[in-house]
Amino acid sequence: MKPINEMRLKIESRSVNEAFSRAAVAAFAAQLDPNIEELSDIRTAVSEAVTNCIVHAYADTLGPIYIWSGIYENGVIRIKIRDTGCGIENVKQAMEPLFTTSGGERAGLGFAVMESFCDKIKVRSKPGVGTVVTLEKQIRGREQTDA
Amino acid sequence: MAVRITTTPVRVTVAVSGEIDHHNAAIIRYEADEAIQSALAPNVRIDFGDVTFMDSSGIGFVMGRYRIVNSYGGNVEVVNLTDRIYSMMKLAGLDKLVTLRKKTEKGL
Repeated sequence: MKPINEMRLKIESRSVNEAFSRAAVAAFAAQLDPNIEELSDIRTAVSEAVTNCIVHAYADTLGPIYIWSGIYENGVIRIKIRDTGCGIENVKQAMEPLFTTSGGERAGLGFAVMESFCDKIKVRSKPGVGTVVTLEKQIRGREQTDA
Repeated sequence: MAVRITTTPVRVTVAVSGEIDHHNAAIIRYEADEAIQSALAPNVRIDFGDVTFMDSSGIGFVMGRYRIVNSYGGNVEVVNLTDRIYSMMKLAGLDKLVTLRKKTEKGL
């Protein structure tokens, strides 16, 4: 299926860009006329994925984060967040709730939050090469939910 | 993003406003911990009434404060939660560690 519209962003893995990236994707998603809940879901999921790139993929360094988003005829939005950082050795373990390699102030819930706020999540990773997180969400919009 | 602190003999209240993400959490954490450490009050109330956005960094923030306050026997309560933030905190199991109160609950 081909998207009816798409956008691409490249940002540096600076934590100040977390707010920018979730706002940018939410602004793009606005074309599907999402309700406030759906918009918050997208903002939160993007924030988690981008934070993972900053905290984990480029832990001690600065690197590029590529964000692609496409919207589809049927009201689906797909968001891809890609880095060329350290990669994940064990994706299954990384996705387990409360698992974290950071300790202390990180809850280890990034993927759990993405999962709970999106319909689909796919994670592809290769150590030393990078990680791609693909999120998918069906936008039902204002008419159906606020009526 | 801003942090407002009020202190009574029994409680430090940390009122956070704006967005809580990994970027902001460092500053919020610093200000909260400074207030908690300089006050002699045993309990901490974290007020989320003016929080407009939170990702899992907010959960990490509450967990971190719980660890500190619990280490000397104090209690943490997190108040004025929207339904959304409340359910995220429940998803994380925070309700087993701290008292969670939604925005609509009376008695604050």
